[in-house]
Amino acid sequence: MGLFHNPTVEQRRTRWAWTFLALPIVFYVVVRFWPTADAFVLSFEKWNLLKPREFVGWKNYVELWNDPVFWKVFRNTFAYLLIGTPISLVLSFFVAWHLDKVRFMHGTIRALYFLPFMTSAVAMAWVWRWFYQPVPIGLFNNLLSSFGFSQIKFLASTTNALPSVLAPAIWAGLGFQIIIFMAGLRAIPGSYYEAARIDGVSGLTVLWEITLPLLKPTIVFIVVFSSIGFLRIFDQVFNMTTNDPGGPLNATKPLVLLIYQTAFASYDMGYAAAQTVVLFLILLAVSLLQLYIMRDRV
Amino acid sequence: MTAGPVLKGAADRVLAAPAAPRRKGHPGAYLRWLLLFAGGLIMVAPLVWMLSASFKFSYELYDLNLIPVEPTLRNYEKVLGDPRFLRWFGNSFLIATIVTMSNLFFDSLVGYTLCKFRFPGRTLIFIAILSTLMIPTEMLVIPWYVMSQKFGWLDSYWGIMFPGMMTAFGTFLMKQFFESVPDDFLEAARIDGLNEFQIWWSVAMPLVRPALAALAIFVFLGNWTAFLWPLIVTNSVEMYTIPVGLKTFAVEQNVDWEMVMTGAAIATLPTLVIFLIFQRFIIRGVVMAGLKG
Amino acid sequence: MTKLTRRMMLGAAAATALMAAAPAHAVEIEYWQYFYQQRVDAMNILIANFEKANPDITVKMTTFPYDDYRTKVAAAIPAGEGPDVVQLFYGWLNDYVTAGLIQPLPADAFPPDQIDKDFFPMVQAMKVDGQYMALPTAVRSLALFYNKRLFAQAGITTPPTTLDELVADAKLMTKTDGAGNIIQEGLTSGMTGQDHQWMREVLFRQFGTAPYSDDRKTVTYDNEAGVAALKWYTDLQLTDKVTNSTFMDEAQAAFKAGRAGMHIDGSFRIGALQSTDGLDWGVAELPAGPTGIKSNYASYWVNAITSQAQGEKLAAAEKFMAYITSDEAMDIWLKTVGELPAKPAAALTDANKADPIYGPFVNGLAYAHATLFADETTQRTVLVDAVNRVLLEGQDPAESLDVAAKAEQAFLDKFFADQ
Repeated sequence: MGLFHNPTVEQRRTRWAWTFLALPIVFYVVVRFWPTADAFVLSFEKWNLLKPREFVGWKNYVELWNDPVFWKVFRNTFAYLLIGTPISLVLSFFVAWHLDKVRFMHGTIRALYFLPFMTSAVAMAWVWRWFYQPVPIGLFNNLLSSFGFSQIKFLASTTNALPSVLAPAIWAGLGFQIIIFMAGLRAIPGSYYEAARIDGVSGLTVLWEITLPLLKPTIVFIVVFSSIGFLRIFDQVFNMTTNDPGGPLNATKPLVLLIYQTAFASYDMGYAAAQTVVLFLILLAVSLLQLYIMRDRV
Repeated sequence: MTAGPVLKGAADRVLAAPAAPRRKGHPGAYLRWLLLFAGGLIMVAPLVWMLSASFKFSYELYDLNLIPVEPTLRNYEKVLGDPRFLRWFGNSFLIATIVTMSNLFFDSLVGYTLCKFRFPGRTLIFIAILSTLMIPTEMLVIPWYVMSQKFGWLDSYWGIMFPGMMTAFGTFLMKQFFESVPDDFLEAARIDGLNEFQIWWSVAMPLVRPALAALAIFVFLGNWTAFLWPLIVTNSVEMYTIPVGLKTFAVEQNVDWEMVMTGAAIATLPTLVIFLIFQRFIIRGVVMAGLKG
Repeated sequence: MTKLTRRMMLGAAAATALMAAAPAHAVEIEYWQYFYQQRVDAMNILIANFEKANPDITVKMTTFPYDDYRTKVAAAIPAGEGPDVVQLFYGWLNDYVTAGLIQPLPADAFPPDQIDKDFFPMVQAMKVDGQYMALPTAVRSLALFYNKRLFAQAGITTPPTTLDELVADAKLMTKTDGAGNIIQEGLTSGMTGQDHQWMREVLFRQFGTAPYSDDRKTVTYDNEAGVAALKWYTDLQLTDKVTNSTFMDEAQAAFKAGRAGMHIDGSFRIGALQSTDGLDWGVAELPAGPTGIKSNYASYWVNAITSQAQGEKLAAAEKFMAYITSDEAMDIWLKTVGELPAKPAAALTDANKADPIYGPFVNGLAYAHATLFADETTQRTVLVDAVNRVLLEGQDPAESLDVAAKAEQAFLDKFFADQ
C-alpha cells in the first residue's frame, strides 16, 4: 500500500505511462498478436467454418508444396515484384531527377504525376479494365485500330494479362516514389555538385559517382516499399478479372488472391492460413534484406 | 535523435521549386520540360478519360473524342440517384473519419508515452508494437474474420473499423516526432501543475501538428480506398464501403461502361479535389511519413 | 343465438383481439437471398402479400452479391446472426445438411409424398432420409436468345434448331472491321457465363457422352465424344470465327448491347433483357446435337429453414416457407423473374408452353439435367480452363480435356473422401 500512498515522481509517471498504454496494449494483444498466433495455429488445422477445427500437422504445407497452382501463383507474385519494382524505380527516379531541375510550372507538373496516387485502386482497376477491352469498346484497341494496327489481347492472354494488370499498380504508385526521390535528391548538399563542377566532371559521372551513392538509403526505402506493395497486390487483379478471378488460366493470380479464394470461396481456412504464413515469410525476408543492406547506416 | 525538424526541413525542401536553373536557356532545358510535361499529361490521361466518359451518352462512349459532343449529367443523376451509392459514400466517410481520429489520438498517445516516459518494460513494448509492422494484414484477415464471427462483429461498422483503430506505423511516426519536443517544455508544464494527460494534450500535441496532419492524410486515404477487409467483413449491401460497393456496382453495370466510369469518378473525385486544394500540405505529409514511416 | 354462431362470434372477437395485439407480439423473421434485381422485386411482392395475410409476422429480407453469398451464409448461421429462412443453390444443400445448419421441413405441413407428386422429379434431390430439407419456388433452364433485328438484317427467318444451323446463322451475322476484329458477334461465348453449363450437360451429351457417372463420383467426359464437344465449342472462335470469348467483356453484355446475334443463357436473364430499351429479342429452344439429341441444363434455388429458427420464429418461418412455395408465389416469380414454376402442373401448362418467351424454357425442362455439383466454382473453373488452354495456348482439345478430367476427378475424389 505504501507504494500508492506516497508515490515518488517516478512512480507517479510510471503509473501514468501504464494508464496511457493500457488500452493500446489490450488492442495490440487482441487485434495483432493473438490473431498472428491463431494464423500459425490454423495453418496446422483443417477447418471449413462449418465443422469443428481439427489438427492435421504439416498436411496443409505438404499439400501446398505439391499444389501446381500454388507454384504458379508463387511465380506470378514474384513476377509482379520483379517487373513492377525495377520499372517503377527507374521511371520515378528519371522523373524526379529531371523534375528537380525544372522551375517553370514545377508544382503543376509534380501534381500531374502525383494525382494517380490519390485514387482508389478499385476504381482505377475498372477504368483500366475498360481501356483493355477488345474493339469496339476498348480505348487502347480502338486507338490501335484507328491507326491501322491489329488489336492486342491485353487481359485475354496468358502472357499479356499479368503486365496489363500490373500497369495501373505501377502508374498509381509512381507519384509517391517521385516525391520520395525528390526529397532524397534535395537532401544532397549542393557543395558536392559545386565541387564536381569545379573539377569539370561530366553530368553522367556526377550521377553515378555522387548522386546514386548518396541516394542509397532512399533507393533502398523505395525498393522495399514498392516490393512489399507488389508482393501484396490484390485489388487490381481481383477487379480486373472478376469473371475468372486471377485468370485466364491463373496467369494473373497473386498470392493474396489465392488466399482470399481458398479462405472465402472454398472455406479451406487451414490451407489458406498456411498460404498466409508463406506470404509472411516472403515479406519477412524482404524486410530482413533491407535491414542487412542498411546495417552500416544505423 | 531529433528527427522531427530534420524531416520537416526535408519536406519543405521538396516543396520549393529548384533554386536556380543551372544552365538557363539551354535547348536541352526546353526539351526536358516538354518531356516532363508530356509525361505528366500521360499520367493524368486515364483520369481525364474516365471523367470524359462519365459525361458522355452511351452512343458516343467508344468514340475517340475527349470532349463529349453532347455532354450530359444524366450518368451522375442515375448513379447518385441510386440510394446505395450515397449510403456507401457515407459509410466510407464515417469509417475513414472515425479510424483517423482514433489513430491520431492513440498513436500519438502511445508514441508520446514511449518517447517521453522512462519505465521498466518500455523497450519491450516498443519493440513488440514495432514488430507488428512485419505482419501483413493479409495474414490476419482470417483470424479477424473468425473473431468477428464469434463476437458478432460481421457486417457492422465496428467490424470494418476495429483492425485499423491503432497502427504501429502511426505510433512509430509520432514517436519520432515527439523526439523533437524539448523535455524542458514538458517539465515547465509539470511545474505549473498540469497532469501528465494535460501535458501531452495541451503542450506536446500542438507542437507536432504537421506530423498529425501527415498521419491523418495517410490513415484517411488508406481507409477510404481499403478493399480486402471491408470486402470480407461486410455482408449486406447497406454496410459496404465505396470500393466494395463500386465493385458490386461495376459487375452489375458492365454493359454500361459510362455508368461504371461515373461510379469510378464519384469514388475518386473527393480525394483528387482534396489533393488539389491541400497540395503542398499533402506532399509535405507524404515526405514526412515516407521518410520515417 | 345458436351455440355455433356464438362460438363463431367469440372466435371472431378473439381473432380481432389477436390482430389488434399483433403489433406488440409481432414476430420478425429474416430472409436471405443473393442480390439480383428481379429476384428482389419478386420477393418484395411475396413478402408484402404474406405480411398482409399474416399481420403478426414481418419478414426482413437481406441480400448479398452473388459472388460472396455462399460464404456469408455459411459464416453467419453458426454465428447466430443468420436468417430464419434462406435461399440456397441446390448444389450446396449437402454441406448445409451435414453441418446441421438447416432443419427438415415438418412432414405435416410439407408431406413428402405430396411433394414427390407435385414437384419436378429433380427436386427429390432435396430429400434426406425421407424428409425434405428444402423446396424451390422455381426452376430454371437454358435457351437460345436471339436478336430479331440482326436476324432480319441477315435474312434469317427462323431460329436454328441444330448446332450446324447455329454456326451457319452465326456466320451470317458476324461482322468484322478491316483488320479482321469482330465488331458484331454471331453467337456470344463465355465459359464464365452459362456456357460451362451448356457444355457440361448439353454439348457433352449431344456429342455422345454423359458428363458424370450416375453416382456423380466419376468424371466420364474424357473420351472422343467429349473431345468432339470441346473442339466444336472452341472452333466457334478459332475456325468458324463467329465469336470472341472476351468481346464486350461478357457474353450477356454483348447481347444486351445489341452487338451479338445469339446468346445462350438461363431463364433468369429474361427480366434483365425485358428492361433493356431498344432491344428486340426472341427465345428458342437450344439447338439439337449432331444426332438429334436434345438436352438442357436445369438448376434451381431452394428455400430452407435454418437451425436458428426456433419457437414462434419457427412457426412463422414454416408459414412463410409454405407461402413462397405455393402456386401463387410460383406465378408471381415467373412473371417477375422469369423462372419457371417448380411444379409441372404449374409450369407445363399449355399457356406456358405456347408462350413465346417462356415456352422454349418450359419445353427444355422436359429433357433437362440438373448437375449435382460438389462445388460449382471449382467444377466451373475446370471447364473454363479447358477452353482457355485451347483458345489461348493453342493446346490440342484432347490433351486439354484430359487435363480437365483428371483435375476434376482429383477434386471429386477429395470431396467424397471428406464426406
